[in-house]
This record gives sequence, structure tokens and C-alpha cells, in this order.
Amino acid sequence: MTTTDTAPRPTRTLGRGAAGTATFTQLDALESEAVHVMREVAGEFERPVLLFSGGKDSIVMLHLARKAFWPAPVPFTLLHVDTGHNFPEVIAYRDATVERYGLRLVVASVQDAIDDGRVVERPDGSRNPLQTVPLLDAITAHRFDAVFGGGRRDEEKARAKERVFSLRDEFGQWDPRRQRPELWDLYNGRHRPGEHVRVFPLSNWTELDVWRYIEREGIELPTIYYAHEREVFARDGMWLAPGGWGGPRGGERLEVRTVRYRTVGDMSCTGAVESTATTVADVIAEVATSRLTERGATRADDRASEAAMEDRKREGYF
Amino acid sequence: MTTTVLEPAGIDHTHRELLRLATAGSVDDGKSTLIGRLLYDTKSVLADQLSAVERATAARGGSDGPDLALLTDGLRAEREQGITIDVAYRYFSTATRAYVLADTPGHVQYTRNMVTGASTAELAIVLVDARKGVLEQTRRHAAVTALLGVPHVVLAVNKMDLVDFDEPTFRTIAAQFAAYAAGLGVPDVVAVPLSALAGDNVVERSARTPWYDGPTLLEHLERVPVARDARTEELRLPVQVVIRPRTAEHPDYRGYAGKVASGVVRVGDEVAVVPSGKTSVVTGIDTFDGPLDEAHAPQSVTLRLADDLDVARGDVLVPAGADVTVGADLVGTVCWLAERRSVLGQRLLVRIGTRTVRALLREVDARLDVDSLTVERLQGVDTLHAVDATDTSADAAPSALGLNAIGRVRVRLAEPVLLDDYERHRRTGGFLLVDPADGATLAAGMLGPTLLDRLLPEQPDDGADWLAGAGI
Repeated sequence: MTTTDTAPRPTRTLGRGAAGTATFTQLDALESEAVHVMREVAGEFERPVLLFSGGKDSIVMLHLARKAFWPAPVPFTLLHVDTGHNFPEVIAYRDATVERYGLRLVVASVQDAIDDGRVVERPDGSRNPLQTVPLLDAITAHRFDAVFGGGRRDEEKARAKERVFSLRDEFGQWDPRRQRPELWDLYNGRHRPGEHVRVFPLSNWTELDVWRYIEREGIELPTIYYAHEREVFARDGMWLAPGGWGGPRGGERLEVRTVRYRTVGDMSCTGAVESTATTVADVIAEVATSRLTERGATRADDRASEAAMEDRKREGYF
Repeated sequence: MTTTVLEPAGIDHTHRELLRLATAGSVDDGKSTLIGRLLYDTKSVLADQLSAVERATAARGGSDGPDLALLTDGLRAEREQGITIDVAYRYFSTATRAYVLADTPGHVQYTRNMVTGASTAELAIVLVDARKGVLEQTRRHAAVTALLGVPHVVLAVNKMDLVDFDEPTFRTIAAQFAAYAAGLGVPDVVAVPLSALAGDNVVERSARTPWYDGPTLLEHLERVPVARDARTEELRLPVQVVIRPRTAEHPDYRGYAGKVASGVVRVGDEVAVVPSGKTSVVTGIDTFDGPLDEAHAPQSVTLRLADDLDVARGDVLVPAGADVTVGADLVGTVCWLAERRSVLGQRLLVRIGTRTVRALLREVDARLDVDSLTVERLQGVDTLHAVDATDTSADAAPSALGLNAIGRVRVRLAEPVLLDDYERHRRTGGFLLVDPADGATLAAGMLGPTLLDRLLPEQPDDGADWLAGAGI
């Protein structure tokens, strides 16, 4: 044993994160777990890729990847599934981030898939469900064997049953009844050729944890996460931004509201919430007292049915 | 009145701890209702989730308030069939602690799910129905908890409202369970009389149990010690990746990245690399946020060593001079997790720490029945005898393990590895058996003697078995 230490040592010199002292917090535990998961992927897979939408969860993932491999650069390619209905602020953030850290970015385009006839535009104009095909095509074309997603188990009830390492068959499908049991921190990433593994390092984080971590680490986000004035219209109890995808329609009136986004997705189905939160601390206070889940408040795609997420996941969605 | 402070906005969370717990019990015991109650009373359920539950309750003809059990139904088949298929993870928090709760179904594939949920839990809640008391399944839940080495157990005596909050009923059940758990070697058991449906003693203290002066369930969760004293543990750091930037800024940097599984490591410590046995001195503990003087479990760090040793993923750093067991003969207790049965002589991959090695299943010599808590000795140390793996009838192979079976195995490894007894080293003494053909996880195991061995009937000639199996 090398742990006999009688010298008094102020706790703070242990740095953030010493177990056995009061300074190893819940966020430290979540961070260490996520870093551990990312290093497992680096150790076990040939061609990992990190899904990067420019949303806060993927930004936190990238930050954790930088921490996990420092002083080496992030050893993962980024993959953005581009619906074509993007918030310009998010695309600007994505490109600046790629530039800043010298990363490699692959873009899988829903528009290209529509042009090629691989997918067909939906009558409601939403492209969120159309992302699955270009995502799976990109995974196949680049032979990615591990795909990091920012999904969290607190987001949605089908996700509550997701593994950290989640095997997908050659069609990208998730079968909830055939998941591998996951014990201790022994993640089993073995797969056959053509199969891949989705990896969710933020599995055990909640929305509030993500925000508190963003605050603690001083992570910069796209500006749409903070309150700003925007022309919006009301549909299905959400504030949507106008766009070429089909809004506003007849009867829907544009008005200027002070809003922010709790999630970032396809513009056609991602709603804004009215908010005056202009700083991370404001957002944390708002999220802590919110009476709606982030998906319930802002995602039309999850309102389709009780099992909307489960069905999309089975087909290979994020 | 309750003394529990729920989470107000804007509080300082910088000292909040994480507690991982698991629940065991069947739907009939009110497990889903209890979890729903915990989520609801800690204000972890938001309006849209609640209104979904209210809609579903109404659709099923319920009228007496929202059915909190519906909060935890995840998959379509679960809602349709009214059963729980898989482990689900739930999150709730208070001002002082954040909780990750593994919700394990009690009846379908029970052992597989319970073992999974219990593997990372620091605390397990075992539920009983106050009208029924300690049942066979209660004993099974306690046994799995003990097998997995969960340090704290709460016996939640539910449905106290249906026995008129009768003190003797509670005392009898609590005493029965305490005696049973003590026999299993469970170190800490607390019993709480409660009603998940009405909310008594879950979060809010009940006025209907004036004779009970112990904590409510949540009060106990808030107080149970979770901080490990890493200073009393011996260092284990399984190396995950070697970090070699080869950049202009860091041309010669070489660091060993991993999560400290147990113990403490300091700059200046002499460490040994297992299995090679080579030693060196820690010259730096690096993180993105700057160097550290020391690191404790479960921090993720990167170590630099004084000497240019051949250290790779799969190696484990331990204190130099530590008395560790390294060997290629693995003996342990496994829970079989796959539909396909074990076959003596079958080729396996063993995943242990960050290392994966080729292996052969040599022997299954005992089987634990968690319902009766008896151990049966098995014959069949015959690695050449072919057994039909697709025959799932009970007597297909006397020494085979089927889904949910728990047995003692001996596995021959292609190369020596660190063999830590699970009961002393919970973070490094666990392993997986993996099918090399498709990568499926076949079994999860615990190295060294476990509950199974303590329950094994004495055999005079069996004394040296462990020494022979676990040594080098």
C-alpha cells in the first residue's frame, strides 16, 4: 500500500475530483464516467465517429473528448447529419469549432438523399425522421464502427432502457429485447463486420447536469440557446421559426417574441420557448423550475405517439 | 414532518454526490409505484410526463389519481403486456445527492436483470408486500444483492396501509429479513415501513406510523455513506489507451490513460505493471485541467512513468511490491446471461478490466439455486465430451449453465492476467464471458470465493481447491 499519508493536506490541492473527499462531486463522477467510455471506444474500435449536430449535448461530448485524450488531439471524426433546415447560428458554430480544433468533419446531407431518391420528402415538411437513411449510408460508406451519440436516458422513456454501448445490426436497427447486459464498467463493443455500435457517453446525465457542466467548464454554445428576439409563429403549442420548409401556413401569424431553444434539431419540428434567460446561470434557474421536459416542450417529433422515439430508434435513428 | 430538503433552484450544487442504487421486486410488490412515488415526491416528474400518465390511467379506466407505476413503463411491449422487460435507469435528485436508479424487473429474466442492476449499485432496495412478508423471491433478491457485493440494503416493507400500519407485522418481517441477510453476509440492512401508493415514509414522514422512529426511505438514501475511502484501498489502474500525441508541441509525450478503479496514486509512487511485473515511478498525473499531485478512484487521469516500459491497453498498474495474484487459471462464480447454454470446452473470450483474452471453459463444478439458496455439486470435468448447445432441456447437460443460472466455473486463459478476488476488489474482480463468434455477452462473473462458496456443502477433500485454482 502506498496510501499512508500523515501529512495534512488541504483538500483543494487534490483538485476538483478527489474521491473520499467532499470535492468529488456528481459532475466529477459523470465526467470521469464519460471520459472512461470515450477511452474505451478509442481502445476497442478502428473507426469511431462522433455525431455532432451543434446541439449542446454533442458540444459537451466533444469537450469531453478533448479532455479524454489531452494532450493528443481528438481521435474521432465528426459526423453532421444535415437536414438542410438548419439554424444558421448552429452551422456557423459547427464550422468555427471544426476549424478551431483542427477536426475532420463529414456531412451527411438529407437534401442529397432526397435528390438521389433514397428518401422522400414528407408532406408535413419535417426532415427529422428523414435523417436515419443518410446517417446509416454515411456509417456504411465510411465504415464507421462506433458512433457516439449525445442521447441521454432521462430524455425519453425508450432511451431509459438504452445501453451505453448499443449494438446495431447491419441495417442499423436497435432491438430492445436483444440488448447485451451491461455490467460494472465492462463495455462489450465486439461486433461482426457490417454491424456497428452506438455509444452514449452522456447516458447518465440529466438536462440540468449538462447545463451545470456547461457552466462549470465555461463551454461556449450557439447563441440560439440563449434568449433573443426572433420572428416566430405558433403551431401545436410551440413557437416555430419561419422557413422554406413550410411555415407559416395560412392562419399562422408571425410575431416577434423573446425566445430561446432548449434543443437544436431540424427547424421544422424544433420549437422555441419564451424565455428571458441570457446567461448559463439564467438557463439553469429556468430549467430547474421548468414543469416540462425539454422534448415535451420543444419537439414535435416526439409527440407523434407514445412510442415515437422507440420506433425511430428501432429503425436506426440516433 | 419531513426533514428532506428538495432541490430549490439556484442552490450551490458543487458538493452534490452521486448515489447509484438498484431496486428489486415484482410489479405485485408495488415496485413501479414506489419508484413513481420517489420521482413524483422529489419533483422529478414534469407536467408533460404526468399528463401522459393521467391520460393512460384514464384510458385504462382508473380514476383514483394518476397511476404512478405508469411513469416507469418504457417500451411499447411493456405497456401492452403490463410487464417490465429490461433494466431501466431513472434519475432524481435532491439538494445533496443525485441518484441513478437501476429499475430491475422482478419476474422475467429476473436474475440477469438484477445482476446487471446490482453490479454498479451501492445500495439495493428490496421490496416486500407487508401482507405477504419475506417470500422466496425476497430471499432471491437478497442473495443476488449479496453475490454482487452491494454494500447497503434497504428492506422496503410496502403496503403497510393494507395491514393497518401494524407495528408487530413490520417488526416480524424486518427481523426475519435481518437474520436472513446476516447469513448472506450483507453488511448493512435498514427496514422501512411504507406505503408507496399513499406516500407514507417514502419522502414524507407518515403520521400513521408513530411507533417508527427510523428514517423515511429518502432520508436514508440521503444519509447512507457513499464516499469511498480510497485511502484504505490498494491502487488498481487498468490502462485504457496509451496517449502519444506526436505533435510539434508534444513530440515525445507518452501517457497511460485510465480510470483509477481503486485506491490512490501519487507522483513519486513506485508502481508495477501487471502482468509483466516491471516497475517504474510515477513522474506525472496529467489532466486537461492541469497536473495533479495525486488521483483517487474513480478519477480518470493520465499517468507518466519514469521508464520507457512496454505498457499497453489491458495492463494494470498496481503498487510496486503489492501482493497480487496473476494467473491463467480463472475460478469464479458466473451468472449465465445468454439463451444458449454453456458447453464444456467451448472457446470464449474473457473480458477482465481493459483486457480481452482467449479462453476455454474447462469446468462447471457447482450450481447455486438462488431460490432455495442451496448449492449443488456437478460432475463433468470433461472438456472433450461434446454437448448439444441447442438442447435447452434441463437435463441436456448436467454441468451446463442455462439462462439465469449461477455456477462456479474454471476457465483456462491463453495468457496470465491480474486475478483480484471480487469480494475485496469489486471494481477489478468482475469479468465477462464473451462468445468469440458474434461478440455476445454470455455470462458475468466474479473472481474468487463468493456467496456460492460460502453455501457450498463441506467436502473434506475440497480444501485445497481454491489455492490450486487461484494461484499462478
